[in-house]
Amino acid sequence: MKILVPCKRVPNPEQKLKFAGESLDLANPGWQVNPFDEYAVEAALRLTEKGKGGERAGEVVLVTIAPKDAGQQVRGLLAMGADRALLIDGKDEELDSNAVAQILKGVVEAEKPDLVVMGKQTVDGDDNQVGQLLAGYLGWPQATFLASLSLAADGKSVLTTREVDAGVEEKRVPVPAVLTVDLRIISKKAVHNEALVGPDAEWDEGPRYASLKGIMAAKKKEIKEVTVASFSVSPEVLVKTVSHVAPPARRAGVKVSSVEELVQKLHNEAKVL
Amino acid sequence: MSIVVYLETSDVAVRSASLPALTAARALAQHRGGPIVGVVIGSGLDAAAKDAARYVDKVLAYDAPELRAPLAETYAPVLVAALKAAGADALVASATSTGKDVLPRTAALLGAGMASDISSVEGAAKFKRPTYAGNAVTTVEVTSPTVIVSARQTAFEAAAPLATVGGVELQPAGTVDARGAAFVALHASKSERPDLTEASIVVSGGRGMKSGENFKVLEELTDLLGGALGASRAAADAGMVPNDLQVGQTGKVVAPKLYIAVAISGAIQHLAGMKGSKTIVAINKDAEAPIFQVADYGLVGDWEKVVPAMIEEVKKLKA
Ligand SMILES: Cc1cc2nc3c(=O)[nH]c(=O)nc-3n(C[C@H](O)[C@H](O)[C@H](O)COP(=O)(O)OP(=O)(O)OC[C@H]3O[C@@H](n4cnc5c(N)ncnc54)[C@H](O)[C@@H]3O)c2cc1C
Repeated sequence: MKILVPCKRVPNPEQKLKFAGESLDLANPGWQVNPFDEYAVEAALRLTEKGKGGERAGEVVLVTIAPKDAGQQVRGLLAMGADRALLIDGKDEELDSNAVAQILKGVVEAEKPDLVVMGKQTVDGDDNQVGQLLAGYLGWPQATFLASLSLAADGKSVLTTREVDAGVEEKRVPVPAVLTVDLRIISKKAVHNEALVGPDAEWDEGPRYASLKGIMAAKKKEIKEVTVASFSVSPEVLVKTVSHVAPPARRAGVKVSSVEELVQKLHNEAKVL
Repeated sequence: MSIVVYLETSDVAVRSASLPALTAARALAQHRGGPIVGVVIGSGLDAAAKDAARYVDKVLAYDAPELRAPLAETYAPVLVAALKAAGADALVASATSTGKDVLPRTAALLGAGMASDISSVEGAAKFKRPTYAGNAVTTVEVTSPTVIVSARQTAFEAAAPLATVGGVELQPAGTVDARGAAFVALHASKSERPDLTEASIVVSGGRGMKSGENFKVLEELTDLLGGALGASRAAADAGMVPNDLQVGQTGKVVAPKLYIAVAISGAIQHLAGMKGSKTIVAINKDAEAPIFQVADYGLVGDWEKVVPAMIEEVKKLKA
């Protein structure tokens, strides 16, 4: 089983966004890995493991499209246990979801993975498109927003659960496929490779931390720097960013001192009760 | 050229979740011109297609047993065919879980640019959309000849029917190829309460509720107010409530006239899903909790005392 995990760095979401005119001021972004991508790496690792901390069977290949200094965030994912990485030279400002998906199509054709496992969205652009676009360009089936996934023992299909507006949907897709993961994929029993573990196998909640051994091992793992030109694709940007502004601030609120006062204000002032 | 709106349907009608997309399409028609063509996809669509025709000049219905479940693999090619049949160069749908799944795949098949989760239409191909968990408003311009947008449900009013009813054209579904994907089951969540994304009052509980059992008192308040129940991720993750009650960046986006956050700290990912509410109330025992920064009315206190007292006060008000 070879799994490709596209990933991306994002400005620290806990940090207050700064604006410079009608653009973002990303002088001190505090780069970190997009959380959903970290969950995708965790899911991919579980698919290649004989249980928690067990022997590995399969390969997890990372790919990121970013400037060279993003190697630092990629190294962190290698320390979690991913096997190697491709770093494709590119800048967020010069890409959109479509261009990213077209480049990833080239990577998939060169690497020939069995599965692409990726985050459902980045928490900066909040676009929620790349996985679906990539599946469309490849003509592969897709299963998005996964809360759980189980790879059949014959390795030929994946049974997934997805959180949809109406509840929880179960969908089966054949391999190869593009899978995008949501928050719940990191719960203890969310991911199984039936060829390696039984249904009761469980992992620790959350994406794993890099161990000291993992960090040492990651130093020797390959981060191959490549250019877009080395793939036979011509990415097109179809959505141009015109401006970023801060959302209108909410009017400052008040603290009330009692439940009576709260209910009265909701009734008489806000007129919502 | 015309504008296609993809309308999700129940067995008998257009889903209310799709009505904001119609409003977005009407706003887009102000800039692009052209009639608005509704597209319905599924199996046994007679009643739903008729209902759709109340909102648009024309409905194209793709009705086939293989199209019963909304699979992106089968719906995206149908939408491509619908744009062709309608002579359309724009596609609009609501940013529901189906819209988010199907629209980008359609964009790839068309080689068209897509603006996700738009909050307003600014021009023929220009849109505003929230980014960075709602901490920025980004204006984007789609540069491809065909324009695709998903509309944030809470940012557009539900469209009203037109004065005249449009016609329904049954379209051939063509060969339906799911690429091996199969819908297995839907475990639908049943609730007597109004839909979270459409309720005018939402009461949400967070980790500080401590257990699912404790949510009963929130449910009592919710039902007294005729609202919907919501939750933070922490409460959903801890199994206190079903996951589909989660409000936030990765849960549901809500914008009721009254949002009551109980024992929720106010992480940016939660705020992303409820900041658009008209009036926000925060009840939290920690006076420093970030939720108070967006609350119109904040009450520092323990929910165990505050919520039962609130139930009594609201009862008095209603009496
Ligand atoms: C990628 C990503 C996506 C996420 N998406 C979402 C999302 O969609 N929605 C979401 O909600 N979160 C989301 N989160 C999680 C988010 O960051 C927070 O962890 C979460 O919202 C915290 O939930 P909470 O406020 O209930 O819990 P906490 O932050 O633990 O807050 C609990 C609050 O309860 C108060 N409290 C405790 N006891 C009492 C009492 N007796 N009376 C009154 N108050 C009390 C405390 O003072 C505290 O403020 C996401 C996180 C990540 C990384």
